[in-house]
Amino acid sequence: MAQHKVNYLADGGTPIKLTTVDKIVNFGRSNSLWPMTYGLACCAIEMMAAGGSRFDFDRFGTIFRASPRQSDVIVVAGTLTKKHAEFMRRLYDQMPDPKWVISMGSCANTGGMFNTYATVQGVDRVIPVDIYLPGCAPRPETLQYALMQLQQKIRREPARMAQKAKRLI
Amino acid sequence: MRAYTPKNDVQAKSYYSDRFFVKPTLARKAIFNDSILSADCLSLQSKVEVLESYLELDHLVVIVNPEDNVKTISHLKNIRAYDFLVELTAVDYIASRGGFEIVYEMLSTSKRKRIRVKTFILQNDTIETVEPLFRMANWGEREMFDMYGVKVKNHPHLQRILMPHDWHGHPLLKTYPLHGDEAASWYEVDKIFGKEARDIVGPELRDAACVDRYDTERFARLGHEVSKGVDISEGNEPDTPIRYQEEGGVKLFGKRLVTPFDEIETKHLKERK
Repeated sequence: MAQHKVNYLADGGTPIKLTTVDKIVNFGRSNSLWPMTYGLACCAIEMMAAGGSRFDFDRFGTIFRASPRQSDVIVVAGTLTKKHAEFMRRLYDQMPDPKWVISMGSCANTGGMFNTYATVQGVDRVIPVDIYLPGCAPRPETLQYALMQLQQKIRREPARMAQKAKRLI
Repeated sequence: MRAYTPKNDVQAKSYYSDRFFVKPTLARKAIFNDSILSADCLSLQSKVEVLESYLELDHLVVIVNPEDNVKTISHLKNIRAYDFLVELTAVDYIASRGGFEIVYEMLSTSKRKRIRVKTFILQNDTIETVEPLFRMANWGEREMFDMYGVKVKNHPHLQRILMPHDWHGHPLLKTYPLHGDEAASWYEVDKIFGKEARDIVGPELRDAACVDRYDTERFARLGHEVSKGVDISEGNEPDTPIRYQEEGGVKLFGKRLVTPFDEIETKHLKERK
């Protein structure tokens, strides 16, 4: 027999909570952000560290998925070369709505130290970015902070089926 | 020690200068200082015309005519036991000499000696492939073509290797700008969205030293983020205390899960227990 006792008199007397659809949907969305397993350069090492057991993304409900079809976040972790830009855009297009983008590190934000002909000068030239995360490379804590900022952002948004058009084009 | 110059305007000036360039001066020795290498060189001289030969950093450097390159590499590989083609590249001397210097760096694992074979071709000349002798030359020559535009005769697959196939220009030419030409700077926009999207996306921002905390289009203060494009200049900056959860707790569970942080009520420990 269970030792605990459920107090049905707490919280207004019933085990029922009234809320809105927006909030319950956003609760689900923000607490099960599945990023794509996608790394470009050294920032991906920090992203992997954030996914590992020491920093542990799993406790945020954030589990890396190996397919864009199952992901709702893409963490652009590293230098995006011009040759690779179309492939990243294709992966982004393959993700189902709603989807969010974290631009991780200086290279993804602005091109960083690669002020050259072959590097995209900021991934927001190619895909719309929700969170810009500074650092070279950002520590795993910083990526966790970015993820929590993204969770807050999602909870503030109305829970539409598709996102409000935030595409570049 | 280098003379001191004021550095407070260093970001305003072009960062790409040759302030730190020190021209290397290497002593060139005659080939008879090394018995093995001089034997190799004399053997090569009996086969092809060697324009110049000297020792530099214990390498034997031989300069041959461009039409002799396959014969030279073949002789060094098959007769003189130089069994590695370590590096194959070109050097841009278009401005000074009107062409490219092609460099083949070879290593003999049995003799533990290295030979650098150099040859010079004019800008629009071609050079015969050495791919039948060394498989490594396949990628080396493709890279040479990609980066310098040097055309290689009888290469099995002369395509770009690093840059995309529809790239315009050859990036390691001295005349190629570091930030890319017109086609390079719009490459990803043209490829993904089409040329008509150039106005929407806008040109590249290349000033990496520019930092402006009031520019919310491009910058954000960590922990004090505002929405993109909000005007925060001249006292419009909102108060943004650091929050790690929603104010007042998670709505679905009420305040049971989250205790709001109160600076006054919070007790600080004198020391760690």
